[in-house]
Amino acid sequence: MSEIAIEVRNAVKAFGQGGMAVRALDDVSVDIRKGEFFTLLGPSGCGKTTLLRLIAGFESPTSGQILLDGQDITHLPPNKRPVNTVFQSYALFPHLTVLQNVGFALQMLGKPKAEVAETARQMLALVKLDQMADRKTSQLSGGQQQRVALARALAPKPKVLLLDEPLSALDLKLRKEMQVELKRLQHETGITFIFVTHDQEEALTMSDRIGVMSAGKIQQIGAPREIYVRPVNRFVASFIGETNFLPVTVSGGHVTLKSGIRIAAGNTHRHHGDFTVTVRPEHVRIVPRDAEGAIPATIRDQVYFGTDTHYHLVLGDGTEIVARQQSRTATESGLMNGTTVGVQFAEGATRVLEQ
Amino acid sequence: MAEANFQPTRIPGFATIAILAFVCLYLPIFTLVAYAFNAGTSIAVWEGFSLHWFGKAWANEAVKDATLRSLTIATVAAIIATSVATLAALGTTRRAGFRGQTAIYVMINQPLMVPEIVTAVALLIFFGMVKTWTGYQGLGYLILAHSAFCIPFAYLPIRARLEGMDLSLETAANDLYASDWQTFRHVTLPLLAPGILAGAMLAFVISLDDVVITEFVKSGGQDTLPTYMLGQMRRAITPEVNAISTGLLGLTVILLTAFFLLTRKKD
Repeated sequence: MSEIAIEVRNAVKAFGQGGMAVRALDDVSVDIRKGEFFTLLGPSGCGKTTLLRLIAGFESPTSGQILLDGQDITHLPPNKRPVNTVFQSYALFPHLTVLQNVGFALQMLGKPKAEVAETARQMLALVKLDQMADRKTSQLSGGQQQRVALARALAPKPKVLLLDEPLSALDLKLRKEMQVELKRLQHETGITFIFVTHDQEEALTMSDRIGVMSAGKIQQIGAPREIYVRPVNRFVASFIGETNFLPVTVSGGHVTLKSGIRIAAGNTHRHHGDFTVTVRPEHVRIVPRDAEGAIPATIRDQVYFGTDTHYHLVLGDGTEIVARQQSRTATESGLMNGTTVGVQFAEGATRVLEQ
Repeated sequence: MAEANFQPTRIPGFATIAILAFVCLYLPIFTLVAYAFNAGTSIAVWEGFSLHWFGKAWANEAVKDATLRSLTIATVAAIIATSVATLAALGTTRRAGFRGQTAIYVMINQPLMVPEIVTAVALLIFFGMVKTWTGYQGLGYLILAHSAFCIPFAYLPIRARLEGMDLSLETAANDLYASDWQTFRHVTLPLLAPGILAGAMLAFVISLDDVVITEFVKSGGQDTLPTYMLGQMRRAITPEVNAISTGLLGLTVILLTAFFLLTRKKD
């Protein structure tokens, strides 16, 4: 396997004191590989920004360690860590020009003036802002400020670049452009990126690996596909994409719905008792009621989305699920509300979740 | 939508009261300035236009002496007060809230709360003791006293500026390899500069204007411009006082205009 850039070991961060203390991070351990695009994904308040601030050095952990290339950096101040941050608010210096902003870190490191200017110009060219070098940052648009913030953080060639929801202030079109741009920059520089977001689509499209966080803990770490297809628990399954939950009983390797119908599931061997099964709407097929292995269901409602139509179905045991089907042509459409149909789950699409 | 809003300008008599207030504020000052150009010796009877009194004031050695002393005290006091106020503002905004923070604010702003005459008497007694111990009679007492009561005037604009500053800028500088000192030198200080200048100018004007504390603290022969004028008023009043006042007014207006332009610039 590739080398580890950042290693977080049993990090705990508690705010407040004594019985009032809140654990923003609760025993988090994660290895981030060299050169990868790693995303911390979770709802607000899950601890993802706190973890980022620990790696940057803006906060120190209550307990635990942070290693960079195997070296303990837990107690190094931010200015002694070869790690730079792109802030959510960009935090560009308003009294400096674009070029001075980008050259700031190199200037602070005491590099010769010519080298500072040269590198800053190269970085501006990399983010395609070489024409703007002498402007004040307030004269730039949001997207341009974003690029300056990126160039400024990349200029000193950090070992790891931290990005704290950097795209959240941009409109949708610009955000899509910057997603591509970020991937390109990461590819060209080869720097390890740690990206924080609450946007699951952003996480899925950009990341090499994702760490899904909730309540101060990392719930699951894996490649986007793995997390989407094989979520380990109910939180991950519902936070990433849309999904259906079905209450089931597992016994002797068999998974049975509350209505007594047995369904297939890939990961049953370790379980025994009452569990939840998840299945994505696109993996629910509507079939004729008498098809083999079909679970009877009634169409309660349908919502037309253009390419797709979402069918809201009620199973025999009262469980409501959603099936996503490619929309049919008007003449083909035969699924009326109230109709009883059959439902099948795509092979391998159902997963029994850990509690 | 607009008509639903409360508009004080529509209250009956609003315009009348506003105009009356402005007349009360500015008529005496206009009169004062006008009579500075009076050709006669009266400050109440107009006898034609002349620059005579400005020339007289300019040639008056006592006025020159007092003006120089006022400017010296105001300059040194403004520098001391602004330095102390900058440190105080940094100390009270650039850290987590602490126990007794309100008490610190009150203590820094003491000169705004304690009646000036009380401070003046207290300083008279205290400095009297120091004078007998040390024998020192110089300008130091006035400079110290002025520095002290100028601190809150310098402190308030500096603190306001610091509180309006985005904290993430300093965090970003620190992240970009700036040490604490470099962060202060390259980010905090340049962004704070308009506040510091505004504070210094306010302190300067306040010091220049002071009568009560100066009157109590000064030794013989240490008249500042305001105490000199007060002394003159006790004898014959000539338009010379008007001329001096007009000069002082001009200086203050210039400084306050600069103050306004500086504080407005970056917001």
